[in-house]
Amino acid sequence: MDLTIVTFLPVVAAAIIMLLPQQQEQNAKYVALLFAVGGLLYSLFLFADFDVNGTGYQLVENRKWVEIGQFDLRYHLGVDGLSMPLVLLTTFLTVAAVLVSFSVNMRPRLYYSMLMLLSTSVIGVFVSLDFMLFFLFWELELFPMFLLIAIWGSGRREYSATKFVLYTIAGSAFMLLGILALAFSANTFDIVELSQAEFKDTIFPLSWVFLFLFIGFAVKLPIVPLHTWLPDAHGDAPTAVSVMLAGVLLKMGGYGLIRMCVSILPETADDYSVWFVGIGAFSVLYGAFVTLRQTDLKRLIAYSSVSHMGLVLLGIGAMGKESMMGATYQMLAHGVVTGMLFTSVGLMYERTHTREIARLGGLARQMPLITTGLVFAGFASLGLPALAGFVAEVTVFLGSFARYEWAVLLSLGGVVLSAGYILWTLQRTVFGPVRHDWDGVTDAHHWWEHAVVLGLAASVILLGVYPALMMDMIGPAMDPIVQRLSA
Amino acid sequence: MNGIDTVGPQLSVLGAAGLILVVDALMPQQRRLLPFIALIGLAFSALWTLSWVGRDFDPNDLTTFDGTLGLDQYSAFFYFLFAGITATVVLASIDWVNREGRGQGEYYALVMTVCAGLMFLSAARDLITIFLALELSSIPQYILAGWGKDKRSSEAGIKYLLLGAVASSLLLYGMALLYGVSGTTLLDGIGAFVASPEGEANRSLLVLAMVLLMAGFGFKMAVVPFQMWVPDVYQGAPTPVAAFLSVGSKGAAFAVVVRVFIEALGADVLSDDWSMIFAILAAVSMTLGNVMAVVQTDIKRMLGYSSIAQAGNFLIGLAAISAGDERFTLGASGVLLFVAAYAFTNLGAFVAVIAISQRIGSDQIKDYAGMWRRSPVLALGLAFCLVSLTGIPPTVGFWAKLYIFNAGIRADLGWLVVIGVLNSVISAYYYLGVARQLFTGGDENTERVPTSPSIGLSLGAATLGVLVFSIIPMPLMSAARDAAEVLTR
Repeated sequence: MDLTIVTFLPVVAAAIIMLLPQQQEQNAKYVALLFAVGGLLYSLFLFADFDVNGTGYQLVENRKWVEIGQFDLRYHLGVDGLSMPLVLLTTFLTVAAVLVSFSVNMRPRLYYSMLMLLSTSVIGVFVSLDFMLFFLFWELELFPMFLLIAIWGSGRREYSATKFVLYTIAGSAFMLLGILALAFSANTFDIVELSQAEFKDTIFPLSWVFLFLFIGFAVKLPIVPLHTWLPDAHGDAPTAVSVMLAGVLLKMGGYGLIRMCVSILPETADDYSVWFVGIGAFSVLYGAFVTLRQTDLKRLIAYSSVSHMGLVLLGIGAMGKESMMGATYQMLAHGVVTGMLFTSVGLMYERTHTREIARLGGLARQMPLITTGLVFAGFASLGLPALAGFVAEVTVFLGSFARYEWAVLLSLGGVVLSAGYILWTLQRTVFGPVRHDWDGVTDAHHWWEHAVVLGLAASVILLGVYPALMMDMIGPAMDPIVQRLSA
Repeated sequence: MNGIDTVGPQLSVLGAAGLILVVDALMPQQRRLLPFIALIGLAFSALWTLSWVGRDFDPNDLTTFDGTLGLDQYSAFFYFLFAGITATVVLASIDWVNREGRGQGEYYALVMTVCAGLMFLSAARDLITIFLALELSSIPQYILAGWGKDKRSSEAGIKYLLLGAVASSLLLYGMALLYGVSGTTLLDGIGAFVASPEGEANRSLLVLAMVLLMAGFGFKMAVVPFQMWVPDVYQGAPTPVAAFLSVGSKGAAFAVVVRVFIEALGADVLSDDWSMIFAILAAVSMTLGNVMAVVQTDIKRMLGYSSIAQAGNFLIGLAAISAGDERFTLGASGVLLFVAAYAFTNLGAFVAVIAISQRIGSDQIKDYAGMWRRSPVLALGLAFCLVSLTGIPPTVGFWAKLYIFNAGIRADLGWLVVIGVLNSVISAYYYLGVARQLFTGGDENTERVPTSPSIGLSLGAATLGVLVFSIIPMPLMSAARDAAEVLTR
């Protein structure tokens, strides 16, 4: 029941929030916070209880759900060293997302219940061990995301929300084709069984099946050239949604690539390894170059995410144990670091009502706390040692170097550029001459603003100085995949 | 089973129709009771059907009207479905009929007559019975389509009547040919003939008859290329009637087609042919229906075109019937499941459209902008139904699509399933486009759109059905499978 509770706790919160009477609607945030913290504590407890040396999946729940023809669709949940940290990341960032939303006053009941539903769908993706159940959670996330961006967003929010949904649905359609092709060949949707199955007589050649799955996950990751929804969605989404989107939704793509593409179809994945790596390195460089040219802070962070996610693809594509560990770690690190970047920018935006880099400047004087958070997160993002991003990048590079020297060298260029765009951005917004437009803006002064910035900063440091906390868990989870790859 | 028991469900419905006319004529001041009489008749009909469940159905029990009616789980499945559909339509009609004022008794009586016709259609196992049942359900529908006072509605009625007459004559021609070669009008008799060496010898005539039947039924199923009436009639007919047409007559047409093509034309000598034709029709219907739906600006026309595309999905199941290990069951049960899932969902969408368009006096999709501010209940209900129609998991529409795609793949129709999946993406564009409208824009108009109790009840019933079968789809699936297994015994 443990994973069921963690997954559906936010839905319970959503139901309670929806049932709040009109005059109580301002209390929605407290209900959401209560349940989000509850979910975080529960998943922390599961995390602490996780048997690092155990093999296979833990906390398994397996029940029959729907029977279609020859198939059983099962309610099959479980976590291993790959998914457990991601579940924890999700519950952690859910708390952060609730806290940064405390200033939302428009229709709070619908807002918080959608945020909670979003959290459930992402956790569900990470814990599902049935491909169809996985797909259900994968799609479930669309509805809250659409509403959250379209109603509470800014700028061209309706356009961006629609674009996000269309991209994801188009990707999912391919993914569904891939899932069906695998399932019809192996007569099961169970991920554990699929990971051991031999596929004969698939309706498409296996390389197509692989490509279909890859497209589905790649849209979400995203890779160049399927990334164009991301800057729009980020640019127009409310802060909390940006935190969730960059923090965990993108990770669904990386997780899917490891869990499905590489684990289920190792031979095919190995054949396409060079494409993974090539696209990954290209995404790193392209993302970094485009980031340099951004004038809007949130779009800038969005493009930097494209660049950072390229590293994830590079790590996965090198198909070594260390490289995939690095890719997983990069997902965690990027989750908290980018969550913190978006939080800081969101707090700044609430006060200045602009994200135009050209209109900002010298903000370190007016809002020292918020800008300190931004600078800190920026340093973590460019890969400063002792912070989260550094560990991830080094592991990816070391793990991939033996097989794809050229790709690592190219990607290093992206890292250099990231130092450039981060420092340049900080210089233009935080430092420099004080602008008198912003005289009198307040610094972070609510307890929730302090809590979220400090919490995120602590996690960035923790991941940076004590990587073994996660690596010890991630490593063993990669062993069966690597064994399958080398077999 | 014998005597009045065998047609009890239909008699309850027709009895209610008669009572409605009597009450309407003799007690005009009690007119507000009319819909309740209809609902009671439908409930009685469903209870009667329920009383059968548990009894042993015997599809070969030729004592029931000399084998012309099949009193089996297959019919029972559709009896329940049509009673539910009609009840929802009656509830959704109350406001509209009260506003319209005239001919209240006739309206409900005609709706009930259609329901009885649909029920007979799903049970008929004889060509003549099929034709009579088809006309019993069609003629009232022609009248209902022209019920509105405006020119559009009259045009819809006439168009539906004329094209319907052509379709009926094609159907009759096909039936005459079948009778001519086989010497019987009973479906199992024809089936035995087709499977015999004599059937092989008369293959060309049988194929001709089969194509004519497809054309005749294709009109009622509203599949390409027999679809031209759909958008105009849906747009012109009163919205409750359009809702009824889109699920009732389409569902019954598929019910009878599945039965006819399995029982009478299921032998190998023909099944490969009709399987291929249905597969092609499926591909064309899905694609054309969806592409046309994308460009519509009127929500009723959009739903009309999308119903053509949905019929294409049903056809995948039909095409899959003749192949695969479980030979008939998977495809046939897929059709049944899809018909039921689509019925709830499409009705829910239509009920919301009825409520909204009554208030804002427009069927233009752009006027739906920001509807969630004006009526959160209607907007959420409509959005949920549209999501299910798209087939986004975890909704009942998704289960139905998965089921029918599975049937398609098992029947080696992988190409068709690929087309089906791609079409789902196209349909997402316009279904979700409407859903998007509901939640965006429209800041200038904040006048609330109220929901009357009857509309609320019918929308609630339809969306509750969608919701329940989304989370626990198994009961519906096993009901569909049990029903389909009757035909293959």
